[in-house]
Amino acid sequence: MADLWTAYLWPGAVIVGQIVAILVPLLISVAYLTYAERRVIGAMQLRKGPNVVGPFGLLQPIADGLKLLVKETVIPAGANKVVFVLAPIVTFSLSLVAWAVIPFDAGMVLADINVGVLYLFAISSLGVYGIIMAGWASNSKYPFLGALRSAAQMVSYEISIGFVIITVLLCVGSLNLTKVVEAQRDMWFALPLLPMFVIFFISALAETNRAPFDLPEAEAELVSGYNVEYSSMTFAMFFLGEYANMILMSAMTTILFLGGWLPPLSVAPFTWIPGPVWFALKIAFLLFVFLWVRATFPRYRYDQLMRLGWKVFLPASLAWVVLTAGVLVAFGWLPE
Amino acid sequence: MRAGKVEMSMIARSANTVILRELLAGLWLTLRYLFRPKVTLNYPYEKGILSPRFRGEHALRRYPNGEERCIACKLCEAICPALAITIEAEPRADGLRRTTRYDIDMTKCIYCGFCEESCPVDAIVEGPNFEFATETREELMYDKEKLLANGDRWENEIAQRLMADAPYR
Repeated sequence: MADLWTAYLWPGAVIVGQIVAILVPLLISVAYLTYAERRVIGAMQLRKGPNVVGPFGLLQPIADGLKLLVKETVIPAGANKVVFVLAPIVTFSLSLVAWAVIPFDAGMVLADINVGVLYLFAISSLGVYGIIMAGWASNSKYPFLGALRSAAQMVSYEISIGFVIITVLLCVGSLNLTKVVEAQRDMWFALPLLPMFVIFFISALAETNRAPFDLPEAEAELVSGYNVEYSSMTFAMFFLGEYANMILMSAMTTILFLGGWLPPLSVAPFTWIPGPVWFALKIAFLLFVFLWVRATFPRYRYDQLMRLGWKVFLPASLAWVVLTAGVLVAFGWLPE
Repeated sequence: MRAGKVEMSMIARSANTVILRELLAGLWLTLRYLFRPKVTLNYPYEKGILSPRFRGEHALRRYPNGEERCIACKLCEAICPALAITIEAEPRADGLRRTTRYDIDMTKCIYCGFCEESCPVDAIVEGPNFEFATETREELMYDKEKLLANGDRWENEIAQRLMADAPYR
């Protein structure tokens, strides 16, 4: 009995506790990201944004969540019910499981696996399945078009993301995310690999279906794309999944290029602030850029989106992979 | 020489594309807007300025001695393009001609202001009130009582507005 406790139950309880410790702040951040988005975009359009519910409108996300929760879930008669309900669940859970490998500080990670980067890449690519399932199961033309666009878009931009990740891995010599961060102790990769950083960030916008690449849910053309037929909590799960993905991609960018939990300089005033705070600050900054970009740029036309992915980002990132590899070999800087 | 110029401009254009010059300019613009004062009117707590000619909810006015102004000439009923006004009139006990019925169907009214224009005694006016939404349709069928009550309620504002607009009439 004692064996059962020490060998299985206690470690299991610890892991569940850790999962809760990651997910609860994450879901709160997701809720307040929607609030921040409305406030920031409002301010950039000379509006105020939500400011009535609670102090500064801070209770707005809770009111919105409650509203969606008590609404009726409408399942269209022509829909494939199982897949229809499964799709938002897939999207939402995939956006959460990726957080297992994100290191918040040295050693502060749920699963310190050796292929963390690949795991993240795989999970973020799987995200498209939720959207395709939703588009197909809705049995309606706009969601279907949105899903098709989403699939094509994800495939196009994943390639350049892959090359960017390869570049970073060449400089690190490990797929472990903690090692990726530690390799940036002297200099963040955003500086020597600046073009890659920009390509990665723009691809991240496309990967999370954010403006100016929000074609899968382009409200002007597809009314709302793949989630047209969704209501209530099924819609809320897509929404939460999308915003959790934004936070995830920001965390990924932070880890790969902005030195994760490391302070900008390893000197006194910066090192007083603990690692997770630096990590959160960098993510918050990148999320602000996400919102900022949405408030600034109009949506890409579909062929322009494809052109950018295949004819600009693909050759550029490929060339930079070759260049980086060449420089590393020529100067003997390859990591062991 | 011209070819050289074209080439230079092409190089400059390519360079601008590579450093994302126009995109960054756009981002800079929105960043500056982020800190500008906001134009939002905090509506239920703040309200915009209304012109003295604003055509809102109707009201029937009274003279200062409490006598109703309307003499049942029915000009407003005749001019109303939406046929929203219905008037019936009879001589009163003291021999004066007054309305026995003055109804406005607010769901028909198009707020053109012709009734106010046509009124020879400034009895029917469109006041400054625009917050008279109701929960049922029936509540929007205004009768004489409701219109006179409106007049009593808004008399100060209406008098001021008529005075402010008088020089332009």
